[in-house]
Amino acid sequence: MDSRQLYQEMILEHNKKPRNWGMLGDATHKAEGLNPLCGDHIHLSLKLNGDQVEAVGFEGEACAICKASASMMTVAVKGKSKADAEQMVQEFRDMTTGKLDTAGPHHLGRLTVFSGVSELPTRVKCAILPWHTLHAAFAGSDTASTE
Amino acid sequence: MSARDKLATPLDVGALRRDFPILSLKIKDKPLIFLDNAASSQMPQAVIDRWVKYRSAQHANIHRAVHYLSETATAEYEKARLKVQAFINAKESRECIFTSGTTDGINLVAQGYGRKFFKAGDEIILTTLEHHSNIVPWQMVADERGAKIRVVPINDRGELLVEDYRKLFNANTKFVAMTHVSNALGTITPVREMIAIAHEHGVPVLVDGAQAAPHLKVDVQDLDCDFYAFSGHKLCGPTGIGVLYGKAALLEKMQPFKGGGDMILSVTFEKTTYAPIPAKFEAGTPPIGEAITLGAAIDYLTAIGIDRVVAHETDLLDYATDQLNRMPGVRLIGTAEKKAAVLSFALDGVHPHDVGSLLNDDGVAIRTGHHCAQPVMQRFKVPATSRASFAFYNTMDEVDALVASIGRVQKLFA
Repeated sequence: MDSRQLYQEMILEHNKKPRNWGMLGDATHKAEGLNPLCGDHIHLSLKLNGDQVEAVGFEGEACAICKASASMMTVAVKGKSKADAEQMVQEFRDMTTGKLDTAGPHHLGRLTVFSGVSELPTRVKCAILPWHTLHAAFAGSDTASTE
Repeated sequence: MSARDKLATPLDVGALRRDFPILSLKIKDKPLIFLDNAASSQMPQAVIDRWVKYRSAQHANIHRAVHYLSETATAEYEKARLKVQAFINAKESRECIFTSGTTDGINLVAQGYGRKFFKAGDEIILTTLEHHSNIVPWQMVADERGAKIRVVPINDRGELLVEDYRKLFNANTKFVAMTHVSNALGTITPVREMIAIAHEHGVPVLVDGAQAAPHLKVDVQDLDCDFYAFSGHKLCGPTGIGVLYGKAALLEKMQPFKGGGDMILSVTFEKTTYAPIPAKFEAGTPPIGEAITLGAAIDYLTAIGIDRVVAHETDLLDYATDQLNRMPGVRLIGTAEKKAAVLSFALDGVHPHDVGSLLNDDGVAIRTGHHCAQPVMQRFKVPATSRASFAFYNTMDEVDALVASIGRVQKLFA
């Protein structure tokens, strides 16, 4: 597949106008994500209220795929419980590595716009990085890397 | 009048391209436009054939047995060394050591020279332009010996500041390691002048010639460098082979880098006597076929004529630079007055990784990333760049295709 097919309107738009941009002042959890080979580098902050993601913010320097994935992720997990968000991490990872059939049941909603990345091995890491970083933030570890 | 006009016989690029089977590949039904030559260049059929001939009819281990194949392989391997000697105008062939590549050659000197001669408080001068392979080996030996690294800065065009370099020298300066051509920016450094300055202080200089050897006439005696390292695979040759040139007197007083067979005169459990150079630095079975094939690549390039290569690549670079300069939203990174074959650029609002993927849709192969030169990226405050790098087989039409493809990326992200 052409990578051009991946650069759909929704991804381009989130890249241009990322949601939840900026770190939270009152974060309870933080993590940094880095793809050393391509240079994607993001910081993620969360505010958990009990078990619920009350607020989430990110910033960084990353390619469109990574930045849009992070932006759409923050929208998707805001208000979710930690367990539900972790479930999405797993499903997103499975989708982008070709292990999840998006025709079947899942909780990814509009995030299926990234399903095509499974056919672009060099870009899978870009899409997954924010999700690894979210997982690291939940786990209380400071850094995530897809290398 | 450009350099090209002065030449009686400019390159017939169309004919040359037919020498390279890979250049007729289609990528996603589009002709391959290979602009990643600074990473590795392609191999012409004559060089591929030489590899096949070696493997089909000449292979055996060298410097050992007395049978026909071993004698043939040894003779061909040593013939390749003579070709290398002529290619870089070394005084003697024993000054040309076969390595696995530029990285290996630099490590050989860092370990073989540095571990023996560096001590606490000594200083090693590097430059901002260095590839990681001309930084990390020096850091390793500096850490071990308690030596310090000093760095020559660059200006906003990506040129080394020679006056600042001059001021770095003091009584503790023990070594200079610098690139001849920057892999990330294409800057051709004033290496001859900088070697002369180091020699005024009695300091030896290693030159990283990985990017220069394919694009410039290299004359190690004219440069008066003490060491010069380059790789076969950037020179239309195979991977796994490279050359370290070193002045005989220096190589002779260095420690071997690796111990093993073929690098000894005699071994007992009490004492080993090392072989004379170059064998002293070629422990174990070397990449014999790769060395012989590199010899064929040198023959191929020499037959074309490095002057004609330089003239054509200069035309390509000038044209591509002019075209990209006309595009709004494109910023060239590295605008040195003297440049070779490399065009690094940034697109406003588009990450290089996206540029690389989208150009690939059009069959255009470029490199994106930090180019193993993170200090250069930090100097220009970019995480990465997109880099098109040319070889003599590239055409003006391919530059046009690059420009059109970049235009399509900009449109998508507009």
